[in-house]
Order: sequence, then C-alpha cells, then structure tokens
Amino acid sequence: MNTYIEGILILAGINLMAVLGLSLLTGFTGLFSFGHAGFMAIGGYTSAMLTVKFHWPFIPALLVGGLVAALFSAIIGKVTLNLKGDYFCIATLGFGEAIRLILDNVQYFGGARGWPGIPNYTNLWNVLGINLVAVLVLANLIRSRHGRNMIAIREEELASQIVGINVFKHKITSLMISASYAGIAGGLMAHYMTFLQPKMFSLVKSTELTIIVIFGGLGSISGSVLGALVLTALPEVLRSFSQWRLVCYGLAVIIIMISRPEGLLGGYELTPSSMKKLYNRLRLKKQAGKQGLEGGDIQ
Amino acid sequence: MNILELSGLTKKFGGLTAVGNVDFKVKKDSITGLIGPNGAGKTTIFNLITGVYKVSEGKVIFCNKNITNKEPYQIAEIGITRTFQNIRLFKRLSVYENVLIACHKNASYSILDSILMMPKYKREEKQLKLQANELLEIMGLSDRRELIANNLPYGLQRRLEIARALALKPQLLLLDEPAAGMNPDETEQLMLLIDDVRKKFQLTVLIIEHHMDLVMGICEEIMVLNFGCKLAEGTPYDIQNNPKVIEAYLGVEG
Ligand SMILES: Nc1ncnc2c1ncn2[C@@H]1O[C@H](COP(=O)(O)OP(=O)(O)OP(=O)(O)O)[C@@H](O)[C@H]1O
Ligand SMILES: [Mg+2]
Repeated sequence: MNTYIEGILILAGINLMAVLGLSLLTGFTGLFSFGHAGFMAIGGYTSAMLTVKFHWPFIPALLVGGLVAALFSAIIGKVTLNLKGDYFCIATLGFGEAIRLILDNVQYFGGARGWPGIPNYTNLWNVLGINLVAVLVLANLIRSRHGRNMIAIREEELASQIVGINVFKHKITSLMISASYAGIAGGLMAHYMTFLQPKMFSLVKSTELTIIVIFGGLGSISGSVLGALVLTALPEVLRSFSQWRLVCYGLAVIIIMISRPEGLLGGYELTPSSMKKLYNRLRLKKQAGKQGLEGGDIQ
Repeated sequence: MNILELSGLTKKFGGLTAVGNVDFKVKKDSITGLIGPNGAGKTTIFNLITGVYKVSEGKVIFCNKNITNKEPYQIAEIGITRTFQNIRLFKRLSVYENVLIACHKNASYSILDSILMMPKYKREEKQLKLQANELLEIMGLSDRRELIANNLPYGLQRRLEIARALALKPQLLLLDEPAAGMNPDETEQLMLLIDDVRKKFQLTVLIIEHHMDLVMGICEEIMVLNFGCKLAEGTPYDIQNNPKVIEAYLGVEG
C-alpha cells in the first residue's frame, strides 16, 4: 500500500483508540475531560520505557501502559468525582498540563528535548487489530447493564441514584477504562513516531480528541470511528495548501456543529440492523407521503 | 408491624425548618397518605427518607434497621424506591430502556462477563429483558415501548416512573403526587392501578397527594403535615373530621 495513505491510516487508528476511550467517558457517561493527552503521555512513556529499557515485547508493554494510565485516572477520579459541578473537568485539565510539565523535567526520559530511538513496532495491522478489539469491548460494555447504567447517569443523575445505581463507582469505572484506552493509544503513538516529547501531549491534543468525539456524535461508537477517520485525514489531505489547512479544518467542524449539533451520528449506531431499519423507515415515509396526498388530514 | 419509622425527623435549610421533629410510623402492607398544604415539607420528607437530603436531626428506621443518611443508591438496594413530583425520567431514552436500566439489580454478571459475552451475561440479560417487558405489560405501556420517554403523554410518564420504581422490586414505594396534572378519569385509573400493583408486588405504599378523593379513597392511614410539623394522623374519617386539619386547609378567621 501507498506508504502515505498507510501513514494517515495509522495516525487515524492511534487517534481512534484514544477517541474510543473518550467516547465512553464523554459520549456515554456524560463527563468531559480535557486531560486525555495526559493519559496518552503516561501510556506512551510507560510502554516506551518497558520496550527500550527493559526489552519487553510490544503488546504487554502497551497493556501495562494502559494500566498505569488507568491507575492515575483512578486517583483523579477518587478525589474529584464525588464533588458536584465541574471540578472533574477542571482537574483533568490541570492534570494533563501537570503531566506534561513534569515530563519536561524528567531527564531519564530525555526531558523537554525529547526521547528518540524508540523501536518502530506500530504498524497498520496491529493498530487495526487493537482498534477492532477496542470497538468490540466498548460495544459489549455499552450493551450490558454496566453500560446502560453509565448512560443513565449521563441522562439524569438523581434518577440513576434512585434506581440503585452507584454513580461514583460507575463514573470511576468509565474513567479508568477510558484512560486505559488513551494510555494504549499513547503507546501506539510512541512506537510509531519512534520519538516522544512532552509537547506532543499538550492541551491542544486533549481538545482535539474532545472535538472528534463531539464531531462524530456523543453516544455513538460508529460516530467516533467516523470522526477519527475524517478529522485525522482532513488536515493531511489538505496539507498541499498548507496555509488554509487549519481554516478548512475549523470550517468543517463548524459546519457540522451548526447543521447537526448532535454530531455526525449522535445517539445512532451504524450497524447492519440499524441501516435496515433506516431503509425501511425511509421507504415507509415515502409511502406515507403518497397516501397523505390522497387521504388528507387524519388527526 | 411497622415497615418505616421516622423519629424526631428534622431538616433545616439555614434558618428555615422545612421538617420539624416529625414522628411517624408506616404499617407494613398499608397504603398511607401524606398530605398538607403547599410547602408543608412533604417532598422534603421523601428526600430525607431516600437520602437525597441529609437529615439534620432524628432517625429513619426501615424494617427495624437504622437507615439514616445512607446514599440514595443504598436506600434503593435496601428496598425503598420513589417517584418525583416533577417527573425525572431518562427523557431521551425509550420507554423500554427506562425500565430495563432499572432492572439492573436483578442481574449479577460483571463487566468482564459482558465484555467476553459469557453465558452468564447472556442468560441474565435475557432474564432482564423478559422482566422489563413484563413490567411494561402490567403497567399498560407495552404498545409504547419504543417511544422516547419524553414524547409520552404526561399521565403515561407518571406511569412509566412507577414502572421504573417497581423494577427494583421494592418493599416500600414512595409516590410524590402521582396524580398531579391528571384529569379525574386518569386519576381514577391511577387509583385502581396503585391498588392493583400493591397487591401484585406485595408493597407498602406511602403517597403524597393533593387530590383528596384519591387520598381518602385508597389510604388506610393518613398523616397531615403543616409548616413542617405533624398536625394530625389517623384514618381518613378521623382526618376529615379533625378541626385542626380543616383549619389548616381552609384557614380560619379571627
Ligand atoms: N433544597 C432546598 N433548599 C432550601 N429550601 C428548601 C429546599 N427544599 C425545600 N425547601 C423548602 O422547604 C419547605 C418545604 O418544601 P417541600 O418541597 O418539602 O414542600 P411540599 O410539602 O412538598 O410542598 P408542595 O405541595 O408544594 O410540593 C419549603 O418552604 C421549601 O421552600
Ligand atoms: Mg412537594
């Protein structure tokens, strides 16, 4: 395959992994985070340390990177998820920036100048495989009682408690799974770029992930997939007229948000059965339209 | 036997005493009414029982266990569920999903079971779905199961909220003005439904209501609250003939 396209697909896949995690947290549990780049950084540096300094194989290193990110998220969650209001969102923002600043000063990892020489283990096939597993895990989780409880919390927190849902426990579970996805994405990134630098994980990165989730549609896994593909590919495709690149990107996001505030696929999933339903509904509408002309008003 | 006992229950909001030193007992298997003028503190009592508000003083005792100041989700686990005066459904979800979510306590599979699609997950999930459908059937909501909850007519939204509460198989059901906004016909139907559901699920029901014919019609025992304090309690007959109650409701000159 054309290495240029392959590169874009790998980047989209890495973004997708982090976006899927954020989708669970923001799209399905209703919690906004502006620190997911921080979890990516933790996963990235952890897994790179394991492969470079301890010569671990790739996949276990990735998983441990995800695990460590999840542990960090558990600490933030423990402190802030009990509080009412936007403390959590603000805490994640502070956390993301703090992680970056700390890494700037850790000479063991090369500090602010960066850390070259990480082995190139990430390729299209393992990115694809990992994302496939990630989507399946997420889909199964969302369709279980645990996932439904998270959705319930997003919809109406007090009512969730009244029907016996332990809101704190479900929020922290969602956060930990979400952070582990971001951590794995960070590991994939480290072993694709073969280079890590703290500024790769700035607030801009966290915001980009949130934009993708909202663009794709809150509460939709397929929307997140579509969003990650479109919004990673778009800046690359537009690279040829570079000065207008970010303007076009911004315009695309704004147009979608104005014409479809719920995002591309907000609340809907593209599955074979849902496409069939949609097709049937469209057909019925067409028929109803024809009958309406003859029948006049009924109600 | 008493299923619920409030002793010296007090709730203060700053300087305002919304509920003051209320002692009250609810008999098991009864339908008990809680009435009083607007702002008397009825909803606050529900919020105290269900842990939505923290109690300032006093105790809530359920089946001889002290449950004061537990978290709302723990109260639900213990066996008390409620509806809200201003309906709180999962508005953007379907009727069916509203009930299915609330059925969650009747399954025990873990997150890992669901991710790996273990037999336990499949078996229990099937069970939950059956149960949700059965509840919709009982509550007469089957034909609207795919409708978005927010699009239901008002009366049916109240019904759905009761269905959702029943999904937890509670022992005590708290209804906060279930007939609010209903016409006399719907109110009558609701009365029959509440009585029916109570027998079917072997429930105790504590009900806040302003429709006096509903309260007097189905309650065996009534407590009257006024300015946060207990004004009277007794059978509907006692209450209707209690001069203090008549005074509180109609006001008195001089
Ligand atoms: N969260 C709160 N903060 C401050 N005051 C409150 C709060 N909740 C209730 N109150 C006050 O407590 C008093 C009792 O309110 P409550 O809602 O319990 O009355 P109610 O008997 O349910 O009335 P209604 O029949 O109108 O529903 C009112 O004066 C109300 O303003
Ligand atoms: Mg009230």
